[in-house]
Amino acid sequence: MPSSPGRARSRMQAIVSHTKLNDAAGALKAPPTPGQALQSFAENRRSFWIILSLAVLFAAWEIAGLVPISFAFPKFSETVLAFVEMVADGTMIYAYFLTLQPLVLGVLISAVVGIGLGIAMGLSNKIEWLLAPVFIVLQAAPMAALVPLVTFIYGIGLTAKTLAVVMLALPVIVLNSYKAVRHVNPSLVDMCRSFQGTRKQQIFKIIIPDASPVLFAGLRLGIAAGFIGVMLAELLITPTGIGDLITYHRSVANYGHMYASVASIIAVSTLTLAGLQYFETNVLRPEKRRK
Amino acid sequence: MTLFGIRIPMMMSLVMWAVLWEVVGRLDLIFLIPPMTSVISAGMDLVQTGSWQNATLITLRSFVFGMALAIVVGVPLGVLMGRVRIIDNIFGLWVNMFVSAPLSALVPILMILFGLGETTVFVTVFLFAVWIIVLDARAGVMQVPPSLIEMGRCYGASRWTIFSKIVLFSALPEILAGIRIGLIRGVKGVVIGQILVSIIGYGELFELYSRSFDMERFWALTLILFAAAMLLSAAVELFEKRIEYYAGAR
Amino acid sequence: MANAALSRTQGQLAVTCEDAIVQVRDIGKNYGDVEALRGINLEFQRGKLTTLLGPSGCGKTTLLKIIAGLVPASSGEICVNDKVVTGPGPERAFVFQDFALMPWATVMRNVGFGLELRGVPAIERNRVARRYIEQVGLAGFEEKYPHELSGGMRQRVGIARAFAVNADVLLLDEPFSAVDEQNRRKFQEDLLRLVDLEKKTFIFVTHSIEEAVYVSDRIVLLSPRPGRISQVIDPMIDRTASPDDIRRDAGYLNTVEEIWQGLRQYAE
Repeated sequence: MPSSPGRARSRMQAIVSHTKLNDAAGALKAPPTPGQALQSFAENRRSFWIILSLAVLFAAWEIAGLVPISFAFPKFSETVLAFVEMVADGTMIYAYFLTLQPLVLGVLISAVVGIGLGIAMGLSNKIEWLLAPVFIVLQAAPMAALVPLVTFIYGIGLTAKTLAVVMLALPVIVLNSYKAVRHVNPSLVDMCRSFQGTRKQQIFKIIIPDASPVLFAGLRLGIAAGFIGVMLAELLITPTGIGDLITYHRSVANYGHMYASVASIIAVSTLTLAGLQYFETNVLRPEKRRK
Repeated sequence: MTLFGIRIPMMMSLVMWAVLWEVVGRLDLIFLIPPMTSVISAGMDLVQTGSWQNATLITLRSFVFGMALAIVVGVPLGVLMGRVRIIDNIFGLWVNMFVSAPLSALVPILMILFGLGETTVFVTVFLFAVWIIVLDARAGVMQVPPSLIEMGRCYGASRWTIFSKIVLFSALPEILAGIRIGLIRGVKGVVIGQILVSIIGYGELFELYSRSFDMERFWALTLILFAAAMLLSAAVELFEKRIEYYAGAR
Repeated sequence: MANAALSRTQGQLAVTCEDAIVQVRDIGKNYGDVEALRGINLEFQRGKLTTLLGPSGCGKTTLLKIIAGLVPASSGEICVNDKVVTGPGPERAFVFQDFALMPWATVMRNVGFGLELRGVPAIERNRVARRYIEQVGLAGFEEKYPHELSGGMRQRVGIARAFAVNADVLLLDEPFSAVDEQNRRKFQEDLLRLVDLEKKTFIFVTHSIEEAVYVSDRIVLLSPRPGRISQVIDPMIDRTASPDDIRRDAGYLNTVEEIWQGLRQYAE
């Protein structure tokens, strides 16, 4: 289940490299016409398509704002200006300073506890029996319903917000780590046993390395859930950070600023996840680096 | 797990946790956790009230409409992305971005655009569910075995026949997997939308119960939601298994 | 060709030999209600290559994994060097059908992995690994990752890893089944060279009759449902001849034909 976006993405890369091969073969034949040159440029560069698809959406946004489709729908240019203004006067940076605290804390706790619990569930049938059904329910369930409860116990401070992040991120990370360990190549485990590897060697030299791609995929999903959690907490519990920017500018009908805040958190989350994936394939998995 | 040589089914552990909950509730340690039995009896009363039935109706309506739109938009878009390079290149970035974006931050914008009502919740459900449906439909269409398409061409099938009789059926397991995950995300969307809007459906009830510290009803409502999410997911999984009966041969 | 060392105990064939290094005594294996192996009595001669051959479902891989200590037997016992074994041991090394290479480790680390698990220091194990990498013809590929190698080269890594731990008995589970035909033949020739060079005992599982006749000192035929010993054949092929001559040799071809006649009843 968690693999579907990643699977789709890697297939996209496969197609890109495939066209590269075709182009290399075609380039030998004849000098390209300008039209062909443009086409081959478009096919070769992923960045071309990234820029084009950004341009298409932003143009559509600008036009929708010009019409305008709603009194509360600012133009794209207005939103960018508002963004620049908020970065320049420091409000945006301070807001992220506040928002990232519960997020980073919550994700760290979820990662350590979640990967630990998930691996334990994967390795031990007893722990699996005890915890797997609970986390299956928690992952499928709308945990957001429980966010109001947190304020009863922990008030409206950092603890409550961190807890909201943990509630959304933990089940995903636990279940993915658990699945990662359960789907380790059994042949590799047999191999380790056949060379008299101890249980400890089996876990640290075979199971965890072989599970690590899925562990990381789970971590990325957990971080995505953590972003949802921190925004829920900031909008529901008490407005702070980016949630405060959104709420405040909405209340004073400063829609450019409001949209800029929302767009910025979506961009930050996307860049974080993309950066993590880049780090994973390029730093942690040496066997993937050369391709 | 086996105990004294008897295999204990895994879901039995949920019963054990429920008993533990009951004990903690009876000990009266924290007011937040009332005994399980009183939560269940509160739930029995709750489902007979008009406010619950009304809220359920509103919730179901937003959910069903949102999901229907997500499927109607998501599957064709995904199929198109899988077949047409330009569409894939233009939409790919956005779909991949929104599938894991914090959509809860978008809800305030929806609230000012669509008002504090059902429309906002309906759009939230759609936004939560649609992206994964697109991505899985795309993946399904793209991994149709080339030999199947070549087989169709050998026997003189037209492009349309190949598409409608081979590609779509071959992609069905992935499309359904996307819809199943979309449904689970849709449930989260309906809850997040209603809680943030907070004046309709379950969002209103949650707000009401937590303001009045009515923990029995709060938990009863939560458990009903959790159970509904689980049942929904199990039902689609069952349907998927029947489809995978033939897909497994691939 | 000779049928040596055969006797019957309780209606089952039993195979004995002089100087046995591995003794399989009355092994049976059940998976739930399914009986995979029944009453296997079999001895493997030191320094020889013995092949377990049979149609799919005859339990040959199960028997090999029981000898390896990877799968527990339901009844009976396995002795290696006159000691009863209860699990994997240093005197046996296994070569896997799907290679079982760690994708995150280089050829060097994969080959030295058996030594790494024993706590051999890196310098020492890399020295040993390099020697066997060279011996299986992979010199120059030490720092490559498995996905950069062809199927045939990957299995050479698997074989080098098994050699590196210096076990007395090498257990090979259909090692060439995922390798294409050309490479397979080259492999079989290389295997014979390694058998000659390393003076070890080989237990080899395959479903290819030609492969079995070509490489084996002794072939043990298993019949399916449940797996039992049905026949023992010593091919007695003159290995000093060139590979091409062997494959054209009348004795070789007759043995292949005889085994096929014995097995064809199991083909659908």
